Amino acid sequence: MLKRVHFGPSVLPFLLVAPQIIITLVFFIWPTSHALYQSLLIEDAFGLSTEFVWFENFEVLFEDEHYLGAFERTTIFSLLVASSSMGFSLVLAAMADRVIKGSMAYRTFLIWPYAVAPVVAGALWVFMLDPTLGILTYGLGAMGYEWNHKLNGGEAMGLVVVAAAWKQVAYNFLFFLAAMQSIPKSLIEAAAIDGAGPVRRFCTIIFPLISPTTFFLLVVNVVYAFFDTFGIIHAVTQGGPAKSTEILVYKVYNDGFVGLDLGGSAAQSVILMIIVIGLTVIQFKYIEKKVEY
Amino acid sequence: MIENRPFITVFCHLFLLLGVAIIAFPIWITFVAATHDAVRMVQIPLPLWPGDQFFENLDQTWNAGIAGGVNQGVAVMMFNSLVMAMMIAVGKIAISLLSAFAIVYFKFPFRMGFFWLIFITLMLPVEVRIIPTFEVVANLNMLNTYWGLSIPLIASATATFMFRQTFLTIPDELLEAARIDGAGPMRFFIDILLPMSRTNIAALFVILFIYGWNQYLWPLLITTDQNMNTIVMAIKQMLEAAEQAPQWNVIMMTTLLAMLPPVAVVIFMQKLFVKGLTETEK
Repeated sequence: MLKRVHFGPSVLPFLLVAPQIIITLVFFIWPTSHALYQSLLIEDAFGLSTEFVWFENFEVLFEDEHYLGAFERTTIFSLLVASSSMGFSLVLAAMADRVIKGSMAYRTFLIWPYAVAPVVAGALWVFMLDPTLGILTYGLGAMGYEWNHKLNGGEAMGLVVVAAAWKQVAYNFLFFLAAMQSIPKSLIEAAAIDGAGPVRRFCTIIFPLISPTTFFLLVVNVVYAFFDTFGIIHAVTQGGPAKSTEILVYKVYNDGFVGLDLGGSAAQSVILMIIVIGLTVIQFKYIEKKVEY
Repeated sequence: MIENRPFITVFCHLFLLLGVAIIAFPIWITFVAATHDAVRMVQIPLPLWPGDQFFENLDQTWNAGIAGGVNQGVAVMMFNSLVMAMMIAVGKIAISLLSAFAIVYFKFPFRMGFFWLIFITLMLPVEVRIIPTFEVVANLNMLNTYWGLSIPLIASATATFMFRQTFLTIPDELLEAARIDGAGPMRFFIDILLPMSRTNIAALFVILFIYGWNQYLWPLLITTDQNMNTIVMAIKQMLEAAEQAPQWNVIMMTTLLAMLPPVAVVIFMQKLFVKGLTETEK
């Protein structure tokens, strides 16, 4: 990765990397190592005494049914967000790939929610589903369904999933459409000559050929649901009612900043970090296969 | 078009229009809510068609803000968001360009060590290390400052990687030619590398501007002073105020304003946006 023709050693390259390295050390490496260290400590609520306890924080976590519950909830949440958002955008992309006129216009109208902040997406949906005033609540009420996400945990989960998935459709659509448009037309034509209809062509040619993109998007969507949806949860449900939407990231924040259980919160951070590292490694493995230099 | 089946084509168009409608419906409702007065916004059912209070709401939101909540117009917050987004985007691009240049074009001790150090940051999103990072920023007296808002977010492996890729595709002959003409490293960087990476810089800027503008958790933690609030984090405070007295016309006007700049960037710079999005993922 070094250029064949390059400059020799001098002070200059150190000066060039210095800004990035200093910021990385001060704001990334130091806080992370601090979190690692803190995850091995127990501190009393007033910060007067600390005790080094090895892995006790982790043991406590894995026996804590609230934590295990949050783990399970996060898994369900991210799978729901990923599957609903990817499913919807896959169908839309297949249609947009088929129509010739206007496919770029559809793209413009479908990709802009990418730019909407998660918390803003949450605000839009909580307004439409407000238990007393919401316009969708009114519609559901007319159909005989009483919606109240402030009381019903399942409905609260539904609300945050819809808001999170709505925003992510744009991203998935863009990547699915690009993948479909890069499939050689001759393959599709050959299948059509052999008598395969549109649905069959989609199932036996298009879908298998875009599977690397599908896998990549799955990882991206899971990472998104794990971390970027904090704003939605925090602004819309605060993890409630009765912890029914408390996902891992929200719990780290809540236990650390609100509950002031620093050791426990740090231990949760460490577990999240391991999850991110795992997902990043999976993502890079896939990319190395796809991109050839 | 493989076969001519008008029925299927019409069906596709209808389905796509339905998709666009589902995606756009929340925005339509938001816009409608921002054009009615507070009294109309508590009568069930809520309107589906715009009213005539758009500019009154805009005026109140921009200058006065929500009653009973943050007593401050969103103009200040828009400005704070803009400064933060610009600092993050420009800062990230600047430090990544420099470090990618050093790593690709110089042979020096610890080169790979630095590279891996930058690589690790990819695995540490701010959400997993919030408390210690907050402590660092507090110790550096950077709470409630633009520096505190932006600097901890500007170290980024993705931007460095992207520039590294770009530099690697630039032919070696250019450096040889520049050397023969007597150009030093910085001259080569400014006169040849920068102009050649112009599109990449622009594409990355679009993505990073959106990233910076939409930051939520970090501003929430480190700004305690109202004058430093960003518009995205203000939405949460307004939703809280709505629990007591719903003023959905003002809240929805604020969400409209909060999404306007990044959405405008996506729509008007679509080419750069798509390029940036697909390239940073590599």
